[in-house]
Amino acid sequence: MATLAELCIAAVAEAFRTDRELVGTGIGPIPRLGVGLAKLTHSPGLMMTDGEAFLVEQPVPIGPRAYDDRKAAGYLPFSRFFDSAVWSGRRHAMVTPTQVDRFGQTNLSALGGTHAQPKTQMLGARGFPGNGIYHANSMFIPAHGPRVFVAGEVDRVSSPGYNPARRIAGGNYSAIDLKRIVTNLCVMDFGGPDHAVRVISLHPGVTFADVEAATGFPLIDAVAGETALPTEEQLAIIARLDPHGIRHSVLADNPPAIRSAS
Amino acid sequence: MSTLDKRMSSAEIVGRLESGMTLGIGGWGPRRKPMALVREILRSDLKDLTIVSYGGPDVGMLCAAGKVKKLVFAFVSLDAIPLEPWFRKAREAGAIEVLELDEGMFQWGLKAAAFQLPFLPTRVGLGTDLVELGGLKTVQSPYDDGEVMVAMPALKLDAALIHVQRCDHRGNVQALGPDTYYDEWFAKAADQCFVSCEELVPAMEDAFPDDVRANLFERCFVTGVTEAKGGAHPTSLPPDYGWDMGWFKKYAAAAKDPGDWASVAAQFVGASEADYLASVGGMEAVGALPLPVF
Repeated sequence: MATLAELCIAAVAEAFRTDRELVGTGIGPIPRLGVGLAKLTHSPGLMMTDGEAFLVEQPVPIGPRAYDDRKAAGYLPFSRFFDSAVWSGRRHAMVTPTQVDRFGQTNLSALGGTHAQPKTQMLGARGFPGNGIYHANSMFIPAHGPRVFVAGEVDRVSSPGYNPARRIAGGNYSAIDLKRIVTNLCVMDFGGPDHAVRVISLHPGVTFADVEAATGFPLIDAVAGETALPTEEQLAIIARLDPHGIRHSVLADNPPAIRSAS
Repeated sequence: MSTLDKRMSSAEIVGRLESGMTLGIGGWGPRRKPMALVREILRSDLKDLTIVSYGGPDVGMLCAAGKVKKLVFAFVSLDAIPLEPWFRKAREAGAIEVLELDEGMFQWGLKAAAFQLPFLPTRVGLGTDLVELGGLKTVQSPYDDGEVMVAMPALKLDAALIHVQRCDHRGNVQALGPDTYYDEWFAKAADQCFVSCEELVPAMEDAFPDDVRANLFERCFVTGVTEAKGGAHPTSLPPDYGWDMGWFKKYAAAAKDPGDWASVAAQFVGASEADYLASVGGMEAVGALPLPVF
């Protein structure tokens, strides 16, 4: 039977469904496997890197392998990445921020304290500000809870969202495009009034009340049904892209896709 | 005037630097950092530096040693150890000033400096905390669109430090490996650029003419070159060597216990570069470090 991690990978692949030619970037095992799955099934226009500087048409399996087990079809080092994929809007990234708020603003910079002396320093804004203003973004949150989905605003706004209070007159915010949030409980989007966050599918055995209780801001119930279980074909592709089973270590206790009644 | 002989020792290079300078450091996180030159700075009396870097252990070590007044950064990470422990300590102690940027707008700042412009306009930063916290200003398009953008200020560098595979005495450089990050922009944004290399060759056109496309920037941007074998260690230098995970683990553990840089500095810096290289097993051990697989 499929695991919850595999169900999430299939949901990630759905988030990346596109008829465009653009770079799909999944940071972390489940997002990356999801992009690979999308590319090999419904969205062949997706472009992917080997995780380093080369574009590959066959997604590179994750985990240990010989360094040169990759066949490059193109070249996308960092310098070209900004010019070709970010500034041109030809990219969709899925990331895992530390905090997310109801506006879709994220934080990867620091928690608490002041800017001069944060209580907890994290990575820094990385490419989030540019990604957020130039191209589509989605999120994967492996442990859905109120410390991630915070009440109010995130402690530091690393990437822009749909917060009208953060708009300056004359600025161009038209490319802000938050697609989906895949978590260990559900799939959400920003399709409510004024881009409010909606729950659009619940993973098997999860209730809307479970998700509400784990979220620090109000959610809209737009649940259309259960998140689809991965098919046998999808599971075979996932196994091929993750031969060492790294996906099994992402979610606590590696639960099955269908949650048993508690 | 110039003899075009740009060979120097690492100590001579660091002797050209002064306290209070703004230094750009090439590479990316734990990749292709000019660590031999960083170690030479750590052995010097330099202080009050403004460091401009896509940060890895270079930033963590300089912060830990109290060399940094201000840091211009988009991230500081050891990659496999995501959060750089000594950088975190410095930040959480409020010990350094920072200008936090996006990776792409950072590159825009280097390009503005390289092109001798005061700023370059960008949408990056809009809708985030970076603009206000960084004191960044906006600028309006003078054309019909009237768009308001962030004016990313030039990141003008007093000096840039870069590590590559090969140099010749005139400052022709070659960097192999899949990615060269933004090193060319560090070089062009700087008044002086110093390049360390694994191998100093007599004349690039005779030594490696077939690899000329690995030339990152023209020699007019190079002030001084020095040979430093293993000069990127503990960071990676594909295809020559990978990063040293064992070293990173020890370094990260030391940030917790004993947690005091002064008591461990010798272990991670060495009294000299020869001493340092010997302490990590020499070039034989460095050359055997496996390349990371992503």
